[in-house]
Amino acid sequence: MAHRRPAPDSRRADKKLTGMLTHLHRLVATAVLALVLLCWSAGAADRFIILQSTTSTQNSGLFEHLLPIFRAKTGIEVRTVAVGTGQAIRNAMNGDGDVLLVHATAAEERFVAEGHGTIRHDVMYNDFVIVGPPSDPAGIAGMDDAVAALSRIARAAEPFVSRGDDSGTHKAELALWQSTAVNVAAASGTWYRETGSGMGATLNIGIGMNAYALTDRATWITFGNKRGHRILVEGDRRLLNQYGIVAINPDRHPNAKSDDAQVFIDWILSVEGQTAIGEFRIHGQQLFVPNASTP
Amino acid sequence: MNTFWDSLAAAAGLILTWDPALVEIIWLSLQVTLTAVLIGCIIGLPLGAVVGAFRFPGRPVIIVALNALMGLPPVVIGLFVYLVLSASGPLGPLQLLYTPTAMIIAQTVLVTPIVAALTRQVVEDLNTEYSESFASLGVRRADRIAALLWDARYSLLTVMLAGFGRAIAEVGAVIIVGGNINHVTRVMTTAIALETSKGNLELALALGMVLLSLAFVVNAAVMALRASAVRAAYA
Amino acid sequence: MAGDRERLAHRGDAILSGRELTYGTGRETHLGPLDVDIRTGACTVIMGANGAGKSVLVRLLHGLVKPSGGKVLWRGGDMTASDRQRQAMVFQRPVLLRRSVLANLRFVLRVRGIEPTERAALEQAALDAAQLGHAAHRPARRLSAGEQQRLAVAQALATAPEVLFLDEPTASLDPASTLAIEAQIAAARVRGVTIVLVTHDIAQARRLGEDVIFLADGGVAEQGRATEVLTAPNSQDVRAWLTGDLHLIAGGQTKN
Repeated sequence: MAHRRPAPDSRRADKKLTGMLTHLHRLVATAVLALVLLCWSAGAADRFIILQSTTSTQNSGLFEHLLPIFRAKTGIEVRTVAVGTGQAIRNAMNGDGDVLLVHATAAEERFVAEGHGTIRHDVMYNDFVIVGPPSDPAGIAGMDDAVAALSRIARAAEPFVSRGDDSGTHKAELALWQSTAVNVAAASGTWYRETGSGMGATLNIGIGMNAYALTDRATWITFGNKRGHRILVEGDRRLLNQYGIVAINPDRHPNAKSDDAQVFIDWILSVEGQTAIGEFRIHGQQLFVPNASTP
Repeated sequence: MNTFWDSLAAAAGLILTWDPALVEIIWLSLQVTLTAVLIGCIIGLPLGAVVGAFRFPGRPVIIVALNALMGLPPVVIGLFVYLVLSASGPLGPLQLLYTPTAMIIAQTVLVTPIVAALTRQVVEDLNTEYSESFASLGVRRADRIAALLWDARYSLLTVMLAGFGRAIAEVGAVIIVGGNINHVTRVMTTAIALETSKGNLELALALGMVLLSLAFVVNAAVMALRASAVRAAYA
Repeated sequence: MAGDRERLAHRGDAILSGRELTYGTGRETHLGPLDVDIRTGACTVIMGANGAGKSVLVRLLHGLVKPSGGKVLWRGGDMTASDRQRQAMVFQRPVLLRRSVLANLRFVLRVRGIEPTERAALEQAALDAAQLGHAAHRPARRLSAGEQQRLAVAQALATAPEVLFLDEPTASLDPASTLAIEAQIAAARVRGVTIVLVTHDIAQARRLGEDVIFLADGGVAEQGRATEVLTAPNSQDVRAWLTGDLHLIAGGQTKN
């Protein structure tokens, strides 16, 4: 390094540089600290309960329609955790929630039988549909027998995507396959493809592979990536999808907000709640049919 | 490729109109990640410095462990933190699940090993450079750590940036412990996951571009800071 | 080597001594066993070929490296950590923190336990001694090599050590910088600081040295007053070195 004689005002330049860096440090530190302090205010809310439900219900938009009505009436905020059916039930079993609303009746009844929930009520139903590619290679369009349609798909060995994630939809799908003579487990990996994912992800994959799929109507109507796929089979009674609601058992999980949870359940089963469900429309279509039994 | 251009336009639209829903999500993302990075640094910087500067039995094992933990999958962290914070878990009574605090905890677990492992490397190199000098001066242990951390400040800025980048981009941890609850625990990445699952690919991609821009701005700012540091021969 | 030891007029006047000092790794002994004495208040020059052990010896004396045999004595007794605080060292390449010149000085003074009230005066004095008053806020690493070394020497002296070690401080500097450093050393010597200077520059040894320790072959070839060792040496190695004849010196080296 050459020996340089420093310029006369270099001292000022050095001080300026050091000063600038110090200011920059302080600015960044203050900004980060402010952000952190503000963060502690987030999440602090008044009255709320946690609802464990499924992604398909959430994605249909039902909750965005329903829950504000409930909140306006009671002041209780309902925070929805939307995950796969299995995860929702598991979360509820762990006590991480106050209410469970899914569409897997057998699992819900088992949930109550094992003491995790108090009472199970019917709330509403929607239906499943079979969707497929515009070309419809298996030729099932317009059929009203879901089981026969699935058999045709299997015989033609056309690609079919399944959620494969033990969800309510998946269980319903398997129940239909049971009525055919087809062993889908053996066919897994060939024409029968299990994605192990939620409805939306499964549809994305299925459409990408030009495959058939079983989906709930609500998800399908609001799905934004249809790309030419359409509903081919609908209306079969076996395609009905029943929803049930259960409060988490406070004896099992003392931290569960059982009082507010009961307020929510009472409301959703009441005339007001049931009407609100029936009024929910997407593109003019009613998606859910309220069917709570009047006690 | 239509999706791509549509998304680019959508992204620009979202940013320019200052869409309130988007602002809320960005704000929460920043709060959660910056807090996690801050705590991660408070723990990770001294930890990494101590491992980097001193010799003690078991040191090689700790170094390997820290380096390995850098690769911990976020979804695994999310699962682990969920089990701890769950009502059935050890910290259930604290009722932290499905709050931003839970997300901060999860991201802190993600960021701390990264900060510690990278700090260890930086401090170790610096310590080698200064060790004879420090030995000659008789520098005490605490002073050594402080001196090394301060001297390495610009490299450590890059380390913190690495932690930030990892946290702002992850979805696995925050979605499990946060629950992606609208207006409460929905951040950029979980919003993108949600819109994708709804098939709203343009919107999802647009959100992704906004996230990318954010990361870009942060990186650019750090680069500028470092450039001025290099000029001062502080880097 | 008894004869060499006798050349030192006052053996009891040694502030620092090495007795049967050995340094080796595993089965190899690189240095020693050797006996050396550093006379209080004098400038002792340690010389020898590369690899003769000069840097190792000075690090042994300063306590940076533990001997594999023998011991280092401080004023006749065992050397403790606090004794080491009364010493300072300057390395061949200055090791400066990534901060300003002033911040570097401040760090050294703080670590050595100098009270904040006294620091300001010492900092100014050190800056003046190094002629770096105008660069107090400049990043230390932006100084030239000569300026950095001047700072390193001033820094070391600011803590008022009793012994100052310098390991080839001017080896990579130009003549002007070398002169400045030597002036700093001379000024310290006048104030009574004991200097231990490692150098391979005979001219520098002649300018600054009062005592000489000449190392060769992992041992002391000769030690004594500079006036004697550097003009009329007993040992073959020193004689070859002084002639400046590369063949002789190299020949001596390969013989080892």
